[in-house]
Amino acid sequence: MKRVLSGNKAVAYGVMLSRVQVISAYPITPQTTIVEELSRFCAVGDLEAKFIKVESEHSAMASIIASSLTGSRSFTATSSHGLALMHEMLHWAAGGRLPLVMVNVNRALGPGWNIWTDQGDSLSQRDTGWIQLYCEDNQEVLDTIIQAFRIAETVSLPVMVVLDAFFLSHTSEIVDIPPQEEVDAFLPIFERQYRLDAREPRAYFGLSSPDYYMEFRYKMQRAMEDSVRVAKTLDEEFGRQFGRTHGILEPYRCEDAELVMVTSGTVTSTSRVVIDRLREEGVKVGLLKVKMFRPFPMDEIKRVLKGIGKVGVIDRNISFGHGGIFAQEIRSAFCNEDERPMVFGFIMGLGGRDVTPDAIEDAIKVTLHNERPMEEIYWIGLKR
Amino acid sequence: MKIHIPRDEFMDSGHLACSGCGSPLGLRYALKALGEKVVIVIPASCMSIIVGPFPYSAVSVPVVHVAFETAACSASGVRASLDMQGDEETTVVAWAGDGGTFDIGIQALSGAAERNDDFIYICSDNEAYMNTGIQRSSATPYLAWTTTTPVGNVKEHPKKNIMAIMADHGIPYAATACVAYPEDFIRKLKKAQGIKGTRFIHLLSPCPAGWRIASDETIKVARLAVETRIFPLYEIEKGEVYALTYRPKGIPVVEYLSQQGRFSHLTGEEMATIQETVDHQWGRLAEKCQA
Repeated sequence: MKRVLSGNKAVAYGVMLSRVQVISAYPITPQTTIVEELSRFCAVGDLEAKFIKVESEHSAMASIIASSLTGSRSFTATSSHGLALMHEMLHWAAGGRLPLVMVNVNRALGPGWNIWTDQGDSLSQRDTGWIQLYCEDNQEVLDTIIQAFRIAETVSLPVMVVLDAFFLSHTSEIVDIPPQEEVDAFLPIFERQYRLDAREPRAYFGLSSPDYYMEFRYKMQRAMEDSVRVAKTLDEEFGRQFGRTHGILEPYRCEDAELVMVTSGTVTSTSRVVIDRLREEGVKVGLLKVKMFRPFPMDEIKRVLKGIGKVGVIDRNISFGHGGIFAQEIRSAFCNEDERPMVFGFIMGLGGRDVTPDAIEDAIKVTLHNERPMEEIYWIGLKR
Repeated sequence: MKIHIPRDEFMDSGHLACSGCGSPLGLRYALKALGEKVVIVIPASCMSIIVGPFPYSAVSVPVVHVAFETAACSASGVRASLDMQGDEETTVVAWAGDGGTFDIGIQALSGAAERNDDFIYICSDNEAYMNTGIQRSSATPYLAWTTTTPVGNVKEHPKKNIMAIMADHGIPYAATACVAYPEDFIRKLKKAQGIKGTRFIHLLSPCPAGWRIASDETIKVARLAVETRIFPLYEIEKGEVYALTYRPKGIPVVEYLSQQGRFSHLTGEEMATIQETVDHQWGRLAEKCQA
């Protein structure tokens, strides 16, 4: 069934189709329409779930950690300051190896208050042990929610599904809502092997001495590594069932490219238009959309970018004192390779500033016309 | 008052409490009262250590260790999940310390109480952050010594009135209890178990190391807290109906304070001030109980 849905409504439909059993959430702009829609689904009986209307995001995450451990498929959604407040519990969720799915609507952190899109919130949670998937359009958002539960329940790690504030969350597009039976076939009811259950008493998350802790973390890393393959395989399975795939990466016109731009989120869609235009002008430029940021699919990225002379990375985020975070990751992926591209790092669109086709073209031209980066960070669209 | 204390044991020897600690007594009695169909949620507290490290457990019921400030909301999550699985039989119990209840966990507790989420919350109050080495909490009594309120800069603020706070949420049941009065505690737990919604039990549990008492004086000192009316045993239904569950003798507070090293610096005048406060509070409580 095709419907016109905002990104946030696409999230809500994804959650409903995934037959989530416990939702716990706290409202924050621009996530609010997700929790409104889910509240409505629960109220009218479209979704049979307990919705705990908690008093903070910290409690939202804590309560779904507990509900997941008790065996129910569990979900929350947040943004920006809400995600930052959850930080402690993100470690607890991943360390507890719980198959949670959370949506984060990318929004800048204050001060000054800013409700517009920026990847600083989700990327600040990079090292918490959550898988992170960045979506480009509303169909991908809905599909990714369903896939995320499969991934999470397969590798026992939580998944964060990320979408841009307003450009996706509040922008409506045509979205194909798959039939429930098909989703049920792809995402069957999850039975936890170990859960809080009075019939089988166990203690969870107790004091773990240096004798044990390191192995727990080693296993998390192994699960992270494994989730690259798992996500790819499940996406293919999804494709067979629903007739569309999204990949963990998506190369676009990279075949004979001399330079490739790397993007994530909605900047990707704008970049495609620019790439097409420049291709018509004879510029050999390609595009690589990175959907999966954690685990960082190093091998897959290197495969796509192998032999490419120059790579421009557009970051809607900044790690202060270093630079764009995607750019750092791309550089580190190649650091031990004999043959590696020049990596140009572009900071653009912070705090929701528009990343226009012209701005993207500026970044491409900088990459095209310089043999190597003349600046550690190129700030595009900055008022100096 | 005669009450049968069940013979069932769900807490084993070999737990890691300090000698003389009141907490394992409390948990042992609680499990006897509530039976084996329980899930216990334990935030960072002495109890995180007492029930044993991975891969051991000193209790034969399911336990989940949770972050410091999340006892109540974690209990909400467990309850919601059990409900979704059709398990209405299991009682969810949050077991937190005074720091996890009065201080860092009060936001989540208030949220859960406002929603009247269905679990029993037990605050095992030893009146300071004992697990980290005796630092003051908002449950630390007026003028008590702790390592962060050393003599010369002792706590100048009265203990937070957590019972009034919880009662004013209008929760169906709130009660005080003391490890020295197991029959009273067990009766309250059984009563709480028969009620739906947020149930709160404020359990006084002496800490020999932190109170500066000998490890064989726990029960004696705990009794004195009750008998001096510093910690009266009562219950509140629906936030309004108060009832005393044990009539204390009302012996002078000096009998209680002078037993404990944490009050050894107190002057006669200061003890008199404490007596006045206790008398005043007792008067107010007695009024509510008669009303």
